[in-house]
Amino acid sequence: MLNFFIEILSYPFMVRAIVVGIFVSLCAALLGVSLVLKRYSMIGDGLSHVGFSALAIAIVMNWTPLAVSIPVVVLAAFLLLRLSANSKIRGDAAIALISTTALAVGVMVISVTTGMNTDVCNYMFGSILAMSQSDVNLSVVLSVVVLIMFIVFYNKIFTVTFDENFARATGTNVDIYNMLLAILTAITIVIGMRMMGALLISSLIIFPALSSMRVFKCFKSVVINSAIISIICFIIGIAVSYLYATPTGASVVIVNLIFFVLYSVIGFVRENT
Amino acid sequence: MMLLSCEKVVLGYGSNIAVEDLSMKLEYGDYLCIVGENGSGKSTLIKGLLGLKSLIKGKITMNGLKQTEIGYLPQKTDVQKDFPASVFEVVLSGCLNSTGLFSFYSKKQKCIAMENMELFGIKQLKKRSFKELSGGQQQRVLLARAFCATKKLLLLDEPCTGLDPMVAKELYKIIKTINIDKGIAVIMVSHDIKTAVSNADKILHIQKKPLFLGTTREYCQSLIGKRFLRGV
Repeated sequence: MLNFFIEILSYPFMVRAIVVGIFVSLCAALLGVSLVLKRYSMIGDGLSHVGFSALAIAIVMNWTPLAVSIPVVVLAAFLLLRLSANSKIRGDAAIALISTTALAVGVMVISVTTGMNTDVCNYMFGSILAMSQSDVNLSVVLSVVVLIMFIVFYNKIFTVTFDENFARATGTNVDIYNMLLAILTAITIVIGMRMMGALLISSLIIFPALSSMRVFKCFKSVVINSAIISIICFIIGIAVSYLYATPTGASVVIVNLIFFVLYSVIGFVRENT
Repeated sequence: MMLLSCEKVVLGYGSNIAVEDLSMKLEYGDYLCIVGENGSGKSTLIKGLLGLKSLIKGKITMNGLKQTEIGYLPQKTDVQKDFPASVFEVVLSGCLNSTGLFSFYSKKQKCIAMENMELFGIKQLKKRSFKELSGGQQQRVLLARAFCATKKLLLLDEPCTGLDPMVAKELYKIIKTINIDKGIAVIMVSHDIKTAVSNADKILHIQKKPLFLGTTREYCQSLIGKRFLRGV
């Protein structure tokens, strides 16, 4: 077991993938609890599609992928929140609208320029080889920022998630914290997207929170437990993908699914005994 | 001393007017009860006062009253039905408006939360999950949270819906106590006209437009008050 991990860690690209993966899993799990409870689960999905298209354009124009996609996705997050709050198009429809449009733009850009190739497949389903050292540095810095923001504003995030009207009525600036949540989510998604894949990254946000909620009943324990299982699932997932040469993103999702089933069973047994 | 005043306030949803031409004044320490039939704009008015709904016309002026000094008991939301939160977490979140930018709770705020839980008899439920409580217990948790947030004004939207009469009576007593002892102004929306009359100093009866605004005694002697009290 130990030898196995030493072997994995002897490859620099694996080390990079694991470092970024752990940070992304952690951020995604923390934000996920709030997003799932606010009925914003699909925002992650929508944003990752926007990220895909931004990435495609960046590659074509020969720009730095992360530097382009982060502002674009943050902007999309703003837009999504505005749409779901004010417009006549309901939140879920607005997300579907934006995400499919973005995907279509991305695919058009790629097919007109480079054509459908392995690169495209990598954006869609992720690749651990995608990370360069400078990407890793940026990812780690951003993840730490996300973590610090989450901890510092934890109580506000809780209150705003639990009862937006109460928070607003008693003098909390709800819009700012919704925005903050969207921005942090956008950053997390962009960082995680290239490893997990645009189509799979939102699972990192949704699964740990849902699993934890099967068993735990108070907010803090749900948050902490989500963070822990998210990291465990990622490590198991990447080990599986190394052993059996399966795609990393998909492996992590499957492990998350297994945990979800396990937690559901535990929750069921607890409630019925 | 005046706490807040409304001048010719109009509120509504789209082209639907819910509250029309409302002017009133609230003094420090007042206990105002808003009564009226279903759909008469009571809850909308509360939301307007809290700034949750923007005014179509008119003006609301707060006199030395900050938004962070207001406590609010909203009606329960959908999100809360499956929300994992302990009773203590929910009650403590009422103290959020007295924390600073970084919003960590101090010992004092935790004490306030505990005191309010004791006041409403839910101290033993501290670690229980909010969503697993009965309707009445949940209502008491939300009331305790509202009390934590209150410094000068407390707004209650149907505080005792779904509670049995004994518990409701007890809760009204607690609300009256905080009004008298601490001089906190209370605005309450209620279906229950009898309780409203026996607790509040002032009554606002609305049916889209204000039909009556004045002291409780005057209300009981007025034509509209007599009619409504008889339950017509």
